[in-house]
Amino acid sequence: MTATPPALEVSGLKKHFPVQKGLLKRTVAQVKAVDGVSFAIQPGETLCLVGESGCGKSTVAKVALRLIEPTAGSIKLDGVEVSQLDAEAMRPFRKRIQIVFQDPYASLNPRMTAGRIVSEPLENYSDISRAEREERMALLFEKVGLRRDSMNRYPFEFSGGQRQRLGIARALALEPKVIVADEPVSALDVSVQAQVLNLLMDLQEEFGLSYLFVSHDLGVVEHIGHRIAVMYLGKIVELATREALFANPLHPYSRALISAAPMPNPRAKRERIVLEGDVPSPMNPPSGCAFHTRCPFAIPRCRSETPALEPKPDGRLVACHLVE
Amino acid sequence: MSAPVAPAAASVTAPPPRARPSFARFLRRNPTMALGGLILILLLVTAVAAPYFAGDPISMTPAQRLKPPSAEFWFGTDHLGRDVFARTVYGARISLLVGLSVAIFSIVVGLAIGLLAGYFRKVDAVVMRLMDGLMAIPAILLAIALVALTKASVFIVIVAITIPEVPRVVRLVRAVVLSVREAPYVEAAVASGTRTLRIIRRHILPNTIAPLIVQSTYICASAILVEAALSFLGAGTPPDVPTWGNMIAQSRLYLSVAPWTIFCPGIALATVVLAVNLLGDGLRDRLDPRLARRM
Repeated sequence: MTATPPALEVSGLKKHFPVQKGLLKRTVAQVKAVDGVSFAIQPGETLCLVGESGCGKSTVAKVALRLIEPTAGSIKLDGVEVSQLDAEAMRPFRKRIQIVFQDPYASLNPRMTAGRIVSEPLENYSDISRAEREERMALLFEKVGLRRDSMNRYPFEFSGGQRQRLGIARALALEPKVIVADEPVSALDVSVQAQVLNLLMDLQEEFGLSYLFVSHDLGVVEHIGHRIAVMYLGKIVELATREALFANPLHPYSRALISAAPMPNPRAKRERIVLEGDVPSPMNPPSGCAFHTRCPFAIPRCRSETPALEPKPDGRLVACHLVE
Repeated sequence: MSAPVAPAAASVTAPPPRARPSFARFLRRNPTMALGGLILILLLVTAVAAPYFAGDPISMTPAQRLKPPSAEFWFGTDHLGRDVFARTVYGARISLLVGLSVAIFSIVVGLAIGLLAGYFRKVDAVVMRLMDGLMAIPAILLAIALVALTKASVFIVIVAITIPEVPRVVRLVRAVVLSVREAPYVEAAVASGTRTLRIIRRHILPNTIAPLIVQSTYICASAILVEAALSFLGAGTPPDVPTWGNMIAQSRLYLSVAPWTIFCPGIALATVVLAVNLLGDGLRDRLDPRLARRM
């Protein structure tokens, strides 16, 4: 570890959505979408967030960008705390962290040309001159593999993969250090997924980008991730390097998740761990370890005591009473 | 928005170049809209050009009372010997003025309030309850009250009809804003540092235009009807200004002797409202996103 601060560091991040009822909008419950998440991403590193639907992955991503305000916790960009800044004070920091969305259709304004979509971030900052903007636009289109003369076209004239490239060009426009990718390839055809993933990896190498990569597709995660955080019901249950996690997942939930991933070789034998039941409601999470209702190894202690996310001998973090 | 399409872009993937939409094709595809628009344009032209051809709507010639339509008086004369044709044409001025002004004012005010209420959730609850309150006021009662308090004038009538129309526009705009503000492209704009005002102007406002154009035609039609009702009751426009409403009111005693004195303004009123509604229906079919064909 060097002395440079992490590109993005969140700690104790919580987002509780109030459930309101009645005429007076009394808060009757809290949905704990994100309940105490901490991680740091080093420059040039890709951290993947995996987990099933509704576990709070995308909420973490949006809170990190402050598209959703956190209930508690801190967000640091290059070591600077940004979670309390007001909208105007936040603007300079928005240059450092950008987002690529899941849906390449809804994330581009259908009334704007490709050129205007990509130049919008540049127009927002007066320190970028018009000439510089033109120059950077041409470069961006080239970097993401789009023809320069497609600037005058509208989003509906592009294919899904091309639209996602537009989304990436827009995210790159301000030369950010961190890109939050919220399931950027899950809406694309498999053949196009690989192209977009490789583009993201090439760009990472070229610009030293850090990615917070949200996905539920373990194949994608294995391809792009350096470190992987497994989330369950708003909490990280295991955070390990890609190699360690895929070779030997320690948390029972990670094990189940990885055993469920399809393998390229249909004859390969692997122990399948099939979980029973459904994800409990985040409005009323189980006591103790949130996973104990479905865990095949649960012991009485799991019901009463919440396991902390603790470092294990090989350096990874696991939140489980049974893992030594 | 309408940058000329680069010739290179049109080469490979673009559909074959479409023929310039000719006027004849437009008529064939949108008969209702064309008919409504045509009637409206004709009426507008007659109303604007009234002083040049319509004759005098005010002067009385008691010797010529209640004359049926003839070559001299196209629509006949009323009980004071006034030219019904001239009065009908001049009446169109008031009707169209009120209809268009109410449509424009209520759209402008409603758009501003609707954008605020939809985008800034904190003002929403207060503003919307206020709008509910305004909606409960009937335009006719408000106009009678305003005219009683001030001097009767066309402007007062416009204000009185605009006030209860505003909430309808606010609701419409707010609904559009609420659905668009959650769109990922709006989130993308926030993430890339776009200021709120620019987000509203660039990403949200354009989505409200189509429904507002349609709504404005309906507002225009209902404003014309309310104005006529007010004039009929004598609660709006000063009685010395010829309007369709007060023409009908003043002539109602002579219905059996001189039906033309009532039928002429009545038919004119029905025609305008029909034309505006036809135009509105046509526009709705054309601008409805579910039937989206590229314009």
